[in-house]
Amino acid sequence: MTAIQESDIVRLPRGVRLREDKQRGGWVLLAPERVFQLDGIAQTVVSQVDGERSVGAIIDQLCETYQAPRERIAQDVTAMFAGLVEKRVLEVA
Amino acid sequence: MTHSQAYDVQPPMGMLAELTHRCPLQCPYCSNPVALERRRQELDTATWQRVFAEAAELGVLQVHLSGGEPALRPDLPELVKACVDAGLYSNLITAGVNIDRARLETLADAGLDHVQLSFQGATPEVTDHVANMTGAHARKRAFAAEVTDIGLPLTLNAVIHRANLHQIDEFVDLAVELGARRLEIAHAQYYGWALVNRAALMPSREQVMEAVERVEAARERLQGRLVIDAVVPDYHARLPKPCMNGWGRQSLNVTPSGKVLPCHAAETIPHLEFWNVADHGLGDIWYDSPAFNAYRGTDWMPETCQSCERKEIDWGGCRCQALMLTGDAAQMDPVCEKSPYHDEVQTLAVLDAAGDPDFTYRRFARTTEGA
Repeated sequence: MTAIQESDIVRLPRGVRLREDKQRGGWVLLAPERVFQLDGIAQTVVSQVDGERSVGAIIDQLCETYQAPRERIAQDVTAMFAGLVEKRVLEVA
Repeated sequence: MTHSQAYDVQPPMGMLAELTHRCPLQCPYCSNPVALERRRQELDTATWQRVFAEAAELGVLQVHLSGGEPALRPDLPELVKACVDAGLYSNLITAGVNIDRARLETLADAGLDHVQLSFQGATPEVTDHVANMTGAHARKRAFAAEVTDIGLPLTLNAVIHRANLHQIDEFVDLAVELGARRLEIAHAQYYGWALVNRAALMPSREQVMEAVERVEAARERLQGRLVIDAVVPDYHARLPKPCMNGWGRQSLNVTPSGKVLPCHAAETIPHLEFWNVADHGLGDIWYDSPAFNAYRGTDWMPETCQSCERKEIDWGGCRCQALMLTGDAAQMDPVCEKSPYHDEVQTLAVLDAAGDPDFTYRRFARTTEGA
């Protein structure tokens, strides 16, 4: 499993796009010959990815928005990013 | 929009757009029909542009621009742009032997999202022999280098059969060397030209098992570096493939002349009525055309499928294969071990694997009219 550090900056690689799926509802990550349907949480997290802010900064932002314990959010976010990196739909800049 | 079907039909996610059946290669397992559609029958630019807009409106997310060789269409950049304008993810499925740097840059500038490049072999000898084109392998390698140099994501696609099954590890090495993000190891599926050539392509059961093991090992070794998707061969299997993830459930296929099919081989089922984009909107075709409603859901299934716990996993397998091997498209897929034809199919695979015929290369039938 790829480890994600809070100092890492992640981005969507070329060929991967986040967009709304109006017909079915919700958001999707479109990738080479794959479609990942995102649940509400995944969409919130992935939409924070801008290729500029660090993973730590994204976690801070989510803590502020959701008023949740930082440790829990950090764990969820780094695990989700690691899973996406493994599938090659997210990369560490 | 109101539609007449009694059950819940979801909008399609993917569309295969066969822009042309013309191709510089002659692969003996081509999924195109044996009766290829000719250039004069092909849809014009404006019609394809309309179809892409209708596809997006219908709910399609990804368009696979395919063929034949889609780059033989001079209007390919305009068609890519039409996909982009409609918000569709565009995927170019190409043989990579006739796109130079300038053309590729035009396609990238138009907004192309991804390139899938076929390799018929992992070495020049095998590629050139299977594609029946001298120098094809070298051209493909050069094209792959341009794709990654421009920064477009690259998938390598290898159709696997008896003549290249020993090259699995080399395909993996080639994908890594060429900087592909993804590799498809797709065992030949026996429709269209592959059916004609089945006895020249069919691997033995032992070969298939070895190939599966090699793919598994490579997957583990390259986790996070290379995504490997495998399409398993089904004649040797116990359970049928969930063909198209169910008839008319997720995807549709538009032929060069505008016929809309539930899968690329659906025309082999002679009693089906296919509608054309020249006469109907894509949404009407998806929801209301007889061909799409013929095998939707589970009501059409024979009793054995109806009472099977896998009926909404396998979706009864493949209709075209059922027709081809049993004479009845509404039979259960004969690959299934519950089918009365299962043993016959396994025997057939063993006999074919022991054959040694030459390839019948894919080409247009001779005709007095021009192509």
